[in-house]
Amino acid sequence: MKISVDQSKCCGSGMCVLTDPDLFDQNEEDGTVVLLQEHPDAEHEATAKEAAGLCPAAAITVS
Amino acid sequence: MTELISEELPITRQNPFDPPAEVTAIREQARISRLKFSDGHLGWLVTGHHQVREVLGSPKFSNDPRRHHLLDKRFQGEVPEDGRKSEPGMFLSQDPPDHTRLRKMLQGQFTVRRMNQLSEWIGKIVDDQLAHMRSLGGKADLVKEFAMPVPSLVICALLGVDYDERHRFQEDTAKMLSLEVSFKEAMAAFARIQEFMRELIARKKADPGDDMISDLIATGEPTDEEASNMALLLLLAGHETTANMLGIGTFTLLQHPDQLKILKDEPEVVDNAVEELMRYLSIIHFGPVRTAVEDVEIDGHLIKAGDTVLTHVPAANRDPDKFGDNPEELDLRRPASGHVAFGHGIHQCLGQQLARIEMRIGFSKLFAEFPDLRLDVDPEEVPLRTDMGIYGVHSLPVAW
Repeated sequence: MKISVDQSKCCGSGMCVLTDPDLFDQNEEDGTVVLLQEHPDAEHEATAKEAAGLCPAAAITVS
Repeated sequence: MTELISEELPITRQNPFDPPAEVTAIREQARISRLKFSDGHLGWLVTGHHQVREVLGSPKFSNDPRRHHLLDKRFQGEVPEDGRKSEPGMFLSQDPPDHTRLRKMLQGQFTVRRMNQLSEWIGKIVDDQLAHMRSLGGKADLVKEFAMPVPSLVICALLGVDYDERHRFQEDTAKMLSLEVSFKEAMAAFARIQEFMRELIARKKADPGDDMISDLIATGEPTDEEASNMALLLLLAGHETTANMLGIGTFTLLQHPDQLKILKDEPEVVDNAVEELMRYLSIIHFGPVRTAVEDVEIDGHLIKAGDTVLTHVPAANRDPDKFGDNPEELDLRRPASGHVAFGHGIHQCLGQQLARIEMRIGFSKLFAEFPDLRLDVDPEEVPLRTDMGIYGVHSLPVAW
């Protein structure tokens, strides 16, 4: 599993951090997404996908 | 395919917690249908959850009010062309790149981490307000004494607005969101709040404090006019939304004792309960509205450039395609995430993490402090905000 984020799309909703704080954080300055783990363990698969689905700006992709 | 056409948007709610039955019936027939706007424009009504997300998430739709056909009959013929322009800084009604530039200036202030750091402070505000309510004796209007003051105190302190000056904007805030005042009255109310904000920006420039408005000015990024309107937007949004969720949310819980019991017995359910109350109540009365800037096909319907679309959040949040067999039921244990009560797309509520914390702490402490809270009037007598863009209750008489 690989997670990619696109900061230019991000609108700082924080839904990813709320869904899985082990995988995502937010930049202190402008609230945009910070990816903490590009290749997380399988146990994070469900929450990674959920975060991608919840992101209002479609800034997260999981492949 | 024959398309369903509605001559006008139904807004009368037969049950205080449900979307209008006619809208639910429309959704069951067609997730996307046609809707006549007040200027005769044949636009679209989108009621399906998936379809609402698609519209709100698509860059092919604009939120610039100059593009929108008018839904509201009151404004027909009343609104001058330049009266529909978006004010500088009002990023909610702007498209990228202006929207992106302005929103980015504030996003860092509303991160999950920053909002979590406020928990203790918000808890203290809630405790004080509950103590005040108890000091009134055995009964009170929950809206006036709790649901409105808590978010108001919070947003005023965060922005750096003196809470004691609230009489200068609270009434006008309500006027702007009323569906019953004339266009002229709404604009006059808006002008008065703008004046208040301009004065505030000038004061903060001369004497900065430890607050969001001072921080925003200190970046040197927004113009005075932009800063003033951005602050106005935050004040408006911070006031009317969470207050109504706390008000009608309490009404809902009191009317669903089995669910309230779950909240009382299992405090850990509260985060999910907040999501479910948001989904179930969807306090955006109807909307938001968008206009296509190019042809776009959604669910087999060709929405043409220039077509205005009304997405219906309350209907979308009851869509069985997303929420299963019993979307009409309040179920605090249901996986309710993915609701569109905060909107979707780039305009999704900037203050949503603050709102979540205020609701989590607000509902938890309210029912812990007043376990015997009950309605003090017949449920039919609770005055509903069917006349307001943000739905809720005007007052909620309670006893304990």
